[in-house]
Order: sequence, then C-alpha cells, then structure tokens
Amino acid sequence: MGDLRALSVTQQVGLLFMTIFGLLVLTTLVALSRSLRERTAAQQATYWRFRRDLRAVWAGTLLFWIAWASGAFVSTLVFGVLSFLALREFVTLTHTRRGDHRSLLLAFFIVLPVQYVLVAMRLFNAFTVFIPVYVFLAIPVVSALGNDPNRFLERTAKIQWGIMVCVYGMSHAPALLLLDLPDYAGRGAFLVLYLVIVVAVAQLAQEAASRKFRRRPVARAISRSFSWRAWGVGIGVAGAVGLVLFWTTPFDPLTALAMGLVAGGAGTLGEFVMKALKRDAGVRSWSGQPSITGAVGLLDRAAPLCFAAPVFFHSVRWYFGV
Amino acid sequence: MKLPEAAGLLLAFVARLITGAQGHWYRCPPKAEQRIYFANHQSHFDWVLLWAALPQDLRSVTRPIAARDYWTASPLKHWITREIFNAVYVSRQRTDDEDPLEPLMEALRHGDSLVIFPEGTRGHAAEPAPFKSGLYALAQAFPEVQLIPAWIDNVQRVMPKGEVVPVPILCTVTFGAPIALRPEEARRTFLDRARHSVVALREVV
Repeated sequence: MGDLRALSVTQQVGLLFMTIFGLLVLTTLVALSRSLRERTAAQQATYWRFRRDLRAVWAGTLLFWIAWASGAFVSTLVFGVLSFLALREFVTLTHTRRGDHRSLLLAFFIVLPVQYVLVAMRLFNAFTVFIPVYVFLAIPVVSALGNDPNRFLERTAKIQWGIMVCVYGMSHAPALLLLDLPDYAGRGAFLVLYLVIVVAVAQLAQEAASRKFRRRPVARAISRSFSWRAWGVGIGVAGAVGLVLFWTTPFDPLTALAMGLVAGGAGTLGEFVMKALKRDAGVRSWSGQPSITGAVGLLDRAAPLCFAAPVFFHSVRWYFGV
Repeated sequence: MKLPEAAGLLLAFVARLITGAQGHWYRCPPKAEQRIYFANHQSHFDWVLLWAALPQDLRSVTRPIAARDYWTASPLKHWITREIFNAVYVSRQRTDDEDPLEPLMEALRHGDSLVIFPEGTRGHAAEPAPFKSGLYALAQAFPEVQLIPAWIDNVQRVMPKGEVVPVPILCTVTFGAPIALRPEEARRTFLDRARHSVVALREVV
C-alpha cells in the first residue's frame, strides 16, 4: 500500500482504471469462451442477461474513464448528455398533455444546461438550490400559462419529479468529480467510483438475498422481491464494501462504513421507487426488449445512482464542512 | 462530402437525438428494393422521423412528396426539400389536363422509393382517417413495387400543432409486412385493407 501512496494522483487513478479495464477484458474473454459451449434454453437466457449487463458495465466504465481523462468540461458534458437521455426516457413514459409543452422545453433546454454549467463552474451553493427552489417555482408558472387546468397538480408534479431525478440527481456525479476536498484534490474519480461500486454491490446483494430468503414482500403490488431483510442485507454488504474501500477515499474506516450504508441504502430505495414508476407507466421492464416507446433502459440503470449521488454528495460536504 | 449531404446527416442526428427515431423492422427487413412506404400522419415531423429511422444508404433513394406552392416559396424551403430530401413536388391546385399523380409515377418509373401519407392531411384523432385513393392508383400502375405499411408512434407529443420547438420524447417507426393489390380487388376494399395494415402495427411492439 505504501508504494501506491507514493505515486502521483494521476498515476493512482490511471492504475485504478487499468485494473478495472483488465478485469473487464478478462471477464469478457471468459464469457466469450464459454459462449461457444452447448447450452440449455435457461442457460442461454442467463447468458444473454449477463451479456447485456456486461455491456452496460463496459459502457459505464468507458464513460467514467472519458469523464476523468478529459477534464472537468468534458465530464460535465458527458453527464449532461446522459441526463438528457434519461429525462427523455422519463418524459416518454409519463403522460403529458399539450399544455405541458413549454414546461418541457424549459426543463430540457434551459434547466438542464444551466444546472450542468453551474456544476462545471463549481458554483456548488447555486447548484444545490437552483432546481429545488427556483425551477420548482418556475415550472408551475409556465404550466399554468399553458392554459390547461386538467390534472394540473399531477402534471406539474410529474415534470418536477423527472427533473429532480434525471437532472438534479444525476448532476451530483460530475459534482463529486469536481469537489475539492482538503488533501484530496484531483481524486474525485475515486469518490465517484466508490459510489458506483457501493451502489452496484448493494443492488446485487439485495437481489441475491431476496432470492435466497424468499421473505414476504413489503409491497407486493410494486415489487415481488423487495423485503426489509433483503434490503438490510443489501446495505449491510454495501457498508462492508465501503469499509474495505476506505483507503481510496478521504474518510477514516468508520466514516467509510457509514457512507457505504447511506449510499447503498439510497441507491436500492431508488431502484424500488423506479419499479413503482414503471408499474404506473405499465412497463414491466425498460431494459431488454424495447417497449412501445423504444425506451432502452438507461433510466433503469441510472436511477439508483441518481438517488444515491445527491445523498452521498451532501453527506461528504457536511462531513468535511466545505 | 457536399453541403446537402452533411446537412442531411446533421438533421438525421438531431432527429435521433430528440426522438430516438427507432425503426422497428417487423416482418420486413430494410432492403434496397423499390418501395412505397405508407404511414399515418399526425405531425409535420412525421417525414423526418421516418426518414431518420431508415438506414443511411436507403435515405437517398427514398423520397417524400412536397406541396409545390409551400415548399418552393422561400429559397431555404426549396433548398431543403430539393437538395437534402430530393422531394417529389406536387401541385395542390387541380388543373384539368394534368394528373396530380404524374410526378409520383415519374419518380417510380425512375426507380425511386416513395413515402406517402394516404390520409392526405394531418389527423388529430387517435385513429387515422380513411385513406385517399392515390395509393390505389400507384399500386395499380406499379404492381412490382412493394407496399410497406408503417406506424409512427408518439410523434404528436413531440411537436403539437402550433408549436415550433420540438420536445425530446422517444418515438418509434414500425415497418410491417408488405401488402399487394389483389386481382379484381375493389378500390375501397384495398384502401381499407391498407389502412388496417397500418393500424395493426400499433399493437405489435
């Protein structure tokens, strides 16, 4: 570990990415060689699911690498585009009316760019209040000017919620990259990676646990697999992984554990909430086969991160008092 | 690369960015055959969406129909429809000695594919309006050209009537199995069957 600390920040991050890419290449090669074997239909289905997830991991890792390697401007841009695509998917699945047109334009072409410009300029105070305060007052006004009282509150709430998850939540990921912590300058990539790993592990652990324990689901109409025990296992594992990874973060071990618990908990709950939203929209799965709208499942994958990132970001800021 | 080509690529990119413009080829692969695509019509954006959903090498041989008086009114409109889309111009004023379908027949004789919206005008109801008879005349005159139904979904939400700026919302274009004019088939029967083949695609995705 001492040798690692002697390296410069850039070398450390580079090493980190090389390790991850190495692991990915290895996994892909193993998967490829196994794909040559004969299989039953069930195994085939599992394999396809695995391949899809692997491709998503590849895409995500490449994205983070590009974001880190090309500096603040490009990384903000990359997350901005991601945010745009997620919001597009969200709006497609919620039923908006003609009167919402202007509010949606405001959301896509003004709120979203401004939020990411605020991130890129590191105006963290403005970035924190811009959407919850100003945009939330502006959207209903624009919607009301659309002259359509039908289901007004419901429509406004949908748009505001979409902005909250897809723009506000997502924008905290590049904010983490750009956050300057004492003695931790330039290593935001580790923080983002810590967050992503912890959230992903929490999800996987929760899923495995729900399959193993088969407890009574808390909310059967929304998710058949979500139970408090599985959720507890998920955040427990997230905390443990957070503790193991403490050396990549600016935290001491106990704080790393707590941060893991918080981020894992928020992420898995975010996934749960997205399931409710999908049920409401009448879509069973956004990933896999394209649904009626052609939604490709980006929101599905990004939602846990969108929920966990703001909570994590603000926990970090409070902890360091910056 | 020339300017119209670059502008076309840019336009297709923007259309895909805003709407996804996903083409679902359902029982009909995208092939470089001579075809007439016919689709439901709800928005000015329909043509661009269908065009962007086509593979790039099919775009240059697939032509839209444009009203001559409107689309040649300004130099920009004329340039876009002529250079980027290679549109077939038709005049909306009927004259006695001229068949309004003649420019379309000319394009088909030339070997090009066409996209037509047989409702004739943009509909705002959930169901497409009854089809006009142009499709029947073309099917009669060119029995060897494939007739491909297409259902354009969600586009009315992208740009409602009276708005100028499109909202990013995902749209799909579903292409169905080709239909053909049956021997001795009456005009109305054929047009209803064609309309039904378009509406049926709403359910498949």
